[in-house]
Amino acid sequence: MSIELTVNGQTVSVQAAGDTPLLDVLRNHLELKGSRYGCGLEQCGSCMVVIDGKAEYSCAKDVSTVAGRRVETVESLLDHPLHQAFLDEQAGQCAYCVSGIMMTAKALLDANKSPTRDQIVAALDSHLCRCGAHPRIIRAIERAANVLREGARS
Amino acid sequence: MSETLPLSIQNNRRMEKWLRFQADRTVKLAVGKVEIGQAVLIALTQIAAEELDIALDRFVTISGDTADAPDEGSTSSSQSIEMSGRSVRLITAEFRARVIDRLARRLNCSPSDISVEDGAFLLDDEPTGHDYWNFSGDEDFAADISGTAQPKDPSTYKIVGKPIPRQDLKAKISGAGFIHDIVRPDMLHARVLRQPSREATLASYDEAAIRRAARGEFQVVRVGNFVAFVGADETTVQRAAVAAPNHAVWKNVRQLTPAHQEAAWYATQPSDDRFVGDPVPETDAGEVVTATYSRPFVAHAAMAPSCGLAEWRDGHLQVWSHTQGVYPLRNSLAEILGLTREQIVVRHAHGAGCYGHNGADDAAVDAAVIAMQIPDRCIRVQWRREEEFAFEPVGTAHMTRLKAVLDASGNPIDWTCEVWAGSHVQRPIYGGNMLTHEALPNPPPAPKPNDPPEAAGGGGTRNGTPLYDFPKKRIVHHLSLTTPVRTSSLRGLGALPNVYALECFVDELAEKAGVDPVAWRLAHLSDPRARYLIENVAKRCNWADRGPGGNGKGMGIAWSRYKNRAAYAAVAVEIEVDQEIRVRKAWIAADAGLVINPDGAANQLEGGLIHAVSMTLKEQVKIDGAGIASLDWSTYPILKFSEIPEIFTEIVHAPNQPTLGMGECTFGPTAAAIGNAMKHALGVRIRDMPLTRERIAAALLGG
Ligand code: FES
Ligand code: FES
Repeated sequence: MSIELTVNGQTVSVQAAGDTPLLDVLRNHLELKGSRYGCGLEQCGSCMVVIDGKAEYSCAKDVSTVAGRRVETVESLLDHPLHQAFLDEQAGQCAYCVSGIMMTAKALLDANKSPTRDQIVAALDSHLCRCGAHPRIIRAIERAANVLREGARS
Repeated sequence: MSETLPLSIQNNRRMEKWLRFQADRTVKLAVGKVEIGQAVLIALTQIAAEELDIALDRFVTISGDTADAPDEGSTSSSQSIEMSGRSVRLITAEFRARVIDRLARRLNCSPSDISVEDGAFLLDDEPTGHDYWNFSGDEDFAADISGTAQPKDPSTYKIVGKPIPRQDLKAKISGAGFIHDIVRPDMLHARVLRQPSREATLASYDEAAIRRAARGEFQVVRVGNFVAFVGADETTVQRAAVAAPNHAVWKNVRQLTPAHQEAAWYATQPSDDRFVGDPVPETDAGEVVTATYSRPFVAHAAMAPSCGLAEWRDGHLQVWSHTQGVYPLRNSLAEILGLTREQIVVRHAHGAGCYGHNGADDAAVDAAVIAMQIPDRCIRVQWRREEEFAFEPVGTAHMTRLKAVLDASGNPIDWTCEVWAGSHVQRPIYGGNMLTHEALPNPPPAPKPNDPPEAAGGGGTRNGTPLYDFPKKRIVHHLSLTTPVRTSSLRGLGALPNVYALECFVDELAEKAGVDPVAWRLAHLSDPRARYLIENVAKRCNWADRGPGGNGKGMGIAWSRYKNRAAYAAVAVEIEVDQEIRVRKAWIAADAGLVINPDGAANQLEGGLIHAVSMTLKEQVKIDGAGIASLDWSTYPILKFSEIPEIFTEIVHAPNQPTLGMGECTFGPTAAAIGNAMKHALGVRIRDMPLTRERIAAALLGG
């Protein structure tokens, strides 16, 4: 069937069975490789995207459920302060976990420009990182929040 | 240089294997070690840029490619920077000296009059019109490396020692950057129906049922007991693979029980016994104290299940893998597929951090076996999450019994470390098998028990000998002839369980003697670098004020020198115990000689600490039925963001000491510091890892 959705601001129409995982549609039909397969079980967060402003796992979500909705992936963050903040903090080792984490951070910062460390950590508990890059990742999100606040002030 | 030439150079003598100057004014640096998230490539590039005096951004660094980069074996055990770094330094220093010598003869001056600025040669600070690109030639690249050039004095370093950002991170956080993201023309997706255990045979399978579940087009590739589902649509082959185990009947499947998941199981097994160190005394001339510690089987549990790609075209096989060793993988592929090495190229592509030997090589072999059946297409095999947990080789369970004989004042006069474990390394070069090979016709014989020799740091014996000044020490190593499931290298091999045992036991001896644990360590330790770190960490964590404990809050300390000859680290932790242990704060002091990239180093030290906290508190592979039974993140939990301690890191400045890898040195000390903090917090000693809620409850009841 043909399903229409908005991905990173563009309306796209994909030919796929309605129960195809959104992650497969993003990675294979749309060749957006930044959303990653980690478990397919909604346990690790590697596949996290933002749907209508909310961070959601994409690995076990039928693409039919996002018809007509707005999906954002890490590819939309190139000019977002999060991108530079993660580079500045060198926030990752293997960095496989990072793109999903950036999407959770994006949804968090959209809703709250001054998250406390505890709020950041709570938001990130839907993610796993094997390399122990956690402290840097938290610092990168704090840095991006700072940049956003300064941008809002100036 | 009195030291012998590094193995990396001995095996790759020609300059052109490592270094090429390209027409676009770039430099190609080719190395055998691969990026596994440890930031090795930027560090090696910094070393080359420093010695050659060429700007960093001119470097194109190639790594892990059997067609294009030198053979440096596997990337493991913190060797990347120790061996590869030393090699790159010697090579680039020699290249610079060669070219400058020749130019000096041409210009009729002394080599010391020539300086280099971003690759251009200056004579008395004036341009000469010559640079590496126009002046170096075939004679330089064809030369054999002698290793005799004198590298720069570390005090003059401008690039080495700086926190230069990595180059690979950008792609990885903005889109495609991993092997999983490679798209090739005519690519087909594949999934495998795994043989449940060695020697199991596929009696039958219901292909129609699998096709109904898959709801799409795919073909089945079967070679012996190896079955793969291959098609253009990834979702379809994934569905086929998820359904397949329920529609397949296997005979001769191994049967295991939860008893196999405990380290103590090894003590009931026949073993290959080895002895290292001082002879056993006739009698124990003093009080004998013993204690037994263990770590269970642990998973690499990388965030990404393994992936491999292969293409068989015109009699040549091209393979992409996140293996830690492209050359060893090529050798295995040649043997398994009956090809010559020259017919195969293996290229490294980045994977997720796993800190050891996971399913990477096996997934590459899967892809190659399928590619040989479907020529002229690129075959991409993606393992599933449950497949990775079930079939990657895991870190072996390991039990360590320590025995100290004490003199009248409580000082150890004789020390025995007795280890029971399976093979810590089952890479094929250590007698292990590739998973897929066991499913093919003419499978290889059962893997032989094997462990790295002492000269390579040992496996089960790694860090088994204490560096304390005890007069007599020995290790008795019982290397089990079999392992219940496939085991292989995981961060530090036996170092973590042995350091856990040693540094917990040291606390027990200190308590018995009524001496503060830090004071006890210092009293038995003369190595000044170790003493410095222990004192440093004790001071920074306010050890002297830690109090008597027993109130649910505890502080513990431990240290080790990885492999007894690599990087030193001391770690202190502050914990709170309610029903579970929470590590609140951690202090690291590390000495790894000359630091190439301090930011990368801190990342490694802290990553190792967090990995160890996770392993110590939570991790255990469950075994039942045909094999591993912990197949997802709920049955194999790892540390979460809300459980990460605040970490304070200090790296000793030791520019004149050889560079040592940082990846493993905090690993063992962190585990032991937590064990010791637990004792301080609640007065009970838990000797078997992981220190879970159940173990804590049991210890409190028993105590
Ligand atoms: S891949 Fe979606 S949560 Fe793991
Ligand atoms: S950086 Fe490797 S999983 Fe997070």
